[in-house]
Amino acid sequence: MDILFFHITAAFYFFATIIYIIYLLTHREGFARAGGYMVYGGFVAHSITIISRWFEAGRTPAATMHESLTLFAWLSILLYIVLSYRYRVMVLGAFVAPFALFLLITASFLPKEIVPLAPVLESYWLPVHVGLAFLGNAFFAMACIFGIMYLIQERYLKSRKIRGLYFVLPSLEILDELNYRCLTYGFPLLTLAIITGAIWSEYAFGTYWFWGARQIWSLITWFLYAALLHGRLTTGWRGRKSAIFSVAAFVVLLGSFLFINFLIGGAHGLLG
Amino acid sequence: MNIVTVGLNHRTAPVEIREQFAFREEELPRALRRLVNHYNINEAVIISTCNRVEVIGVVHDMEKGVWEVKKFLSEYHDIPYDDIKDHLYVHAGEDCARHLFRVACGLDSMVMGEPQILGQVKDAYGMAVQSNTAGTVINKLFHKAFSVAKRVRTETRIGASSVSVSSVAVELAKKIFGELTGRTVMLIGAGEMAELSARSLLGAGVKEIIIANRTYERAVELAKEFRGRAIMFREFSHYLKYTDIVIASTGSPKFIIRPEDVAGVMKERKHCPMFFIDIAVPRNIDPLVNNIDNAYVFDIDDLQGVVEANLKERLKEAEQAELIVTEEIDGLYRWVRSLDVVPTIIALQQRLEGIRKAELERALSQLKNLSDRERKVLDAMTQAMVKKILHNPVTCIKQEAHSVEGDTFIEAAIKLFGLEEEEIIKKAREAGGN
Repeated sequence: MDILFFHITAAFYFFATIIYIIYLLTHREGFARAGGYMVYGGFVAHSITIISRWFEAGRTPAATMHESLTLFAWLSILLYIVLSYRYRVMVLGAFVAPFALFLLITASFLPKEIVPLAPVLESYWLPVHVGLAFLGNAFFAMACIFGIMYLIQERYLKSRKIRGLYFVLPSLEILDELNYRCLTYGFPLLTLAIITGAIWSEYAFGTYWFWGARQIWSLITWFLYAALLHGRLTTGWRGRKSAIFSVAAFVVLLGSFLFINFLIGGAHGLLG
Repeated sequence: MNIVTVGLNHRTAPVEIREQFAFREEELPRALRRLVNHYNINEAVIISTCNRVEVIGVVHDMEKGVWEVKKFLSEYHDIPYDDIKDHLYVHAGEDCARHLFRVACGLDSMVMGEPQILGQVKDAYGMAVQSNTAGTVINKLFHKAFSVAKRVRTETRIGASSVSVSSVAVELAKKIFGELTGRTVMLIGAGEMAELSARSLLGAGVKEIIIANRTYERAVELAKEFRGRAIMFREFSHYLKYTDIVIASTGSPKFIIRPEDVAGVMKERKHCPMFFIDIAVPRNIDPLVNNIDNAYVFDIDDLQGVVEANLKERLKEAEQAELIVTEEIDGLYRWVRSLDVVPTIIALQQRLEGIRKAELERALSQLKNLSDRERKVLDAMTQAMVKKILHNPVTCIKQEAHSVEGDTFIEAAIKLFGLEEEEIIKKAREAGGN
């Protein structure tokens, strides 16, 4: 059942993306709203996918790469819905929907079988750790998207050629502000994820830290975002610099995440 | 019931003609009443702006009504009809409604999509309501026009982007800073354009305005007007770090703001963005300033470029607005047609009821010894006959009222049953509360 809903979800995000592309070309708010409804529809299907997977597997659905990406996409959409209630940035969906679609398409190429979790990993720490990590990642994904939007809008203003997305993108100030907000939420979540991961590792393997590839890379990511936040807070990094940095940091985050998992398999190379 | 527009606008008449036709606000009530005193004109509105003079009327007979309006325009303004007939346009029926909707949406304006016209149309309608020259049809037509204009504003972006240099400056500032409340503007030099832009920025919520001018007295004068702060011209660079938006318009032949100045200021400002508007020719701000992070420089040509881009955007939106107008016309016109139907049906029913009553009485006077019950049966029988005879024609007229040849059915009913046309018009007027 979860696979059926997985496809329905992907279809929703696909059509949302198409509608948003039409919005970007025509600038008609009606399309942005329609795209938004598509994303909501997708979110419902997505939630059913995850819940039914949870029941079928009898454990947190974040053990395989397929599950992880699905969960990551779900949290990103959840965050998008929260953000779009709080801030009226209609165009945001035009970036989030294709991102979620990309994650789901990647997930669809991966083995979808439910594999049992090694008993040593069975713990309440699993959902906590995974939830914190992916929520943090979702915030970083948003920071990256706001960074991309900032860079596009800045380009229009710097080149003094007003056309295309200039009309639908919000002000640089708001984009910079949202980029910053997302970083300030993402960073503590990532920190907590690393800490809970260490505790869980202690619980399962008897050591807090065993220098696995995943742990090394999450530490690198942590340092990158720490540097970015430090730059923003102390030396007045803002706008363009911060936007570029948050895009780059997210590329490292997503790249290492995908790469490690494709290479080793499983969220930490602990499966199979 | 026919609606018609007779008028002229900036496309059909030069300003020399338009100014002769303009109605002053205070003379409108009298002019409106004079209009509806014509035999064929039931309701009327006069829209008179600097770009157009239009009479929207509800007339009984189209041809005669149009002629009466034309004659009124010529006689009222004391201009021979031959001098104006080439400038006048006439839109009747659906075209009249379409024209009014387009006018209200700003689609017929000189500057595409400008919003002032809607207010002017509302005032014109208000005047007609006050003067008692607006009835059912005008009420419906204008309220529809207002709702169409509102729909166009919300569903298209026709009015979203600015098409004058000073409002473009505000729009760009908003794309950089978001809300402008709490921002500071500095005027360096005080040309007319700079003043205009400053005024627009203040209107958009800018907090403080600093004015530097070579003649200090002028700066003080302007500072008073804008409740700003005048500074000595040579001091302006000290104030740059407090300034978010700079509007430069001095007659200086050299650049007065150079990249190295801005780079220094940027550090002090912790890289908060700065927006430089250079409307001086020759330019006051070195274009290289634009290469500094978080500094944005627009010169007068750039601003003009934005105006043109926005106008193009408006034209694109106008196509969408036209579709909305067409959609709404269909809805309205169904209603206008059905208006004639109701009095016709009532007249038809009354005519047959009259015949029935007369004939029934005649029959009863010959059948003197009928019981009450038998009389009632006869009464019910004749009533049922009339009802059944009328059923099909009435449904038919009601249905066909919405089709293109709706009028033909009404005319046929009037002729076939020998209905009084004048009666029907009177009834329609009463129904309209006119």
